[in-house]
Amino acid sequence: MSDNIISIKDLRFGYGNRELHKGINMQFPRGKVSAIMGGSGSGKTTILRLIGGQIKPTAGQVSVDGTIVHQQDREGIYRLRRKMGMLFQHGALFSDLSVFENVAFPMREHTDLPENIIKDLVLLKLNAVGLRGAAYLMPTELSGGMARRVALARAIALDPDIIMYDEPFAGLDPISMAVICDLIRTLNDALGATSIIVTHDVAETFSFADYVYFIADGVVAAEGTPKQLMTSKLPFIKQFIHGEKDGPVPFHYNAPSLNSDLGL
Amino acid sequence: MKTLFNFFEKLGNSITSRVLRLGAATRLIFLIFVYSGDSFKRIHLTIREVYFTGVMSLVIIVVSAFFVGMVLGLQGYYTLQKYGSSEAIGVLVALALVRELGPVVTALLFAGRAGTAITAEIGLMKATEQLSAMEMMAVSPIARIIAPRFWAGVIAMPILASIFSMVGVLGGYVVAVPIIGVDEGAFWSQMQANVDFNFDIMSGLIKSLVFGVACTIIALFEGFDAPPTAEGVSRATTRTVVTSSLAILALDFVLTSFMISG
Repeated sequence: MSDNIISIKDLRFGYGNRELHKGINMQFPRGKVSAIMGGSGSGKTTILRLIGGQIKPTAGQVSVDGTIVHQQDREGIYRLRRKMGMLFQHGALFSDLSVFENVAFPMREHTDLPENIIKDLVLLKLNAVGLRGAAYLMPTELSGGMARRVALARAIALDPDIIMYDEPFAGLDPISMAVICDLIRTLNDALGATSIIVTHDVAETFSFADYVYFIADGVVAAEGTPKQLMTSKLPFIKQFIHGEKDGPVPFHYNAPSLNSDLGL
Repeated sequence: MKTLFNFFEKLGNSITSRVLRLGAATRLIFLIFVYSGDSFKRIHLTIREVYFTGVMSLVIIVVSAFFVGMVLGLQGYYTLQKYGSSEAIGVLVALALVRELGPVVTALLFAGRAGTAITAEIGLMKATEQLSAMEMMAVSPIARIIAPRFWAGVIAMPILASIFSMVGVLGGYVVAVPIIGVDEGAFWSQMQANVDFNFDIMSGLIKSLVFGVACTIIALFEGFDAPPTAEGVSRATTRTVVTSSLAILALDFVLTSFMISG
């Protein structure tokens, strides 16, 4: 069994004529929390979609537990996805189901467990994210942070080997953010899972991630532990980590000079 | 010259996108049949959708049918009395409803009420990543979401059209017999003698079944294909009503032609 549960080799992918990934290599070790960071539109979420087999690379490969994802048929991809849990940016809870039913959904779909066991398991999962008391609320009655925690309980419903988080901190208040940070680390260690977080929140991610990849211009611009990256001299990493307005990522979108646009 | 090129470019793009959408719709229909087996294993999902598309549409269907029947009774009476055959009002109301108005008006109302609801629901599920979440949980949205709604529409439409016709006849009766004073015996006996089960009622049922398939497929496809934005869902909902209405009227002509010639 390889130490890396997910391996990405020479990955290339694009939408239409726009090449998003120009040869990306990444390794995600078992049991670790890894983060993929980069600016908006750099293709971070697309990497999660490639790992989940929702889209196919134009070149290179993504392998999960030794299986090359894009070579699988639908059944094969579904088998792989049963090893994965995914937290979407805004939770993606099923709006017609209660919190309880949302968490029970994967159990009902993929197991033949009796109702009393499902009930116990759902309550345990909700307890793990601190929302056992909200079991019978509807998603519309939850705050953004609560919805994210319910979605996390649903993502871990079947004790997956891999948990993927797409922008888990987006739009959260500081308390909810701290709760989610803590849950990601705690659940990863308690379940013995491997976590991949796609985010651009530096402070939160650096506080608990084991390893971080930075993507820029379609390639891995830098990688390392949070400690190594904090001291990085690379201009892009410095700009990103310290939130500088101008740098390798320019403030202005490509445009002719202001004078020519104003006819001066 | 450049304008001409632009025109042909736009024309080409428009044709290509329509052909692509037609291909995607055909693929969706194919997948619905492929996944229907999985869907029937969870029959409660289809039953739930029959409730949402069928039972929840009952009020609009019953009220509309009653008024349509009453209008038919009034219009029919004033035309028939000129020829001294006002007793045939029952036949006129029944045939108009069973053969044409029942299936067609039900389908138009269904497209407006249930069709738009289906498109908006699926479009929003797509926009809020609920369909992607389902896919990532190794659950097919076609089996779990699309196929149950398709079969619910196919089951609900003929039942709704039959209810429409029955309530419409009742509306015609209320106007013709108690209000205008047409003989009650003539009203019902002429209807019984002249409405044929195999030709009139069955042709109405076949029409409503075909309309049910068309309306539901259009609503499902528009929702499934909607761009995941507020504007995209809104446009898809509008397209559902427009396309369904045109499809119903065109199919009605085609089916009527076959039924009358056959």
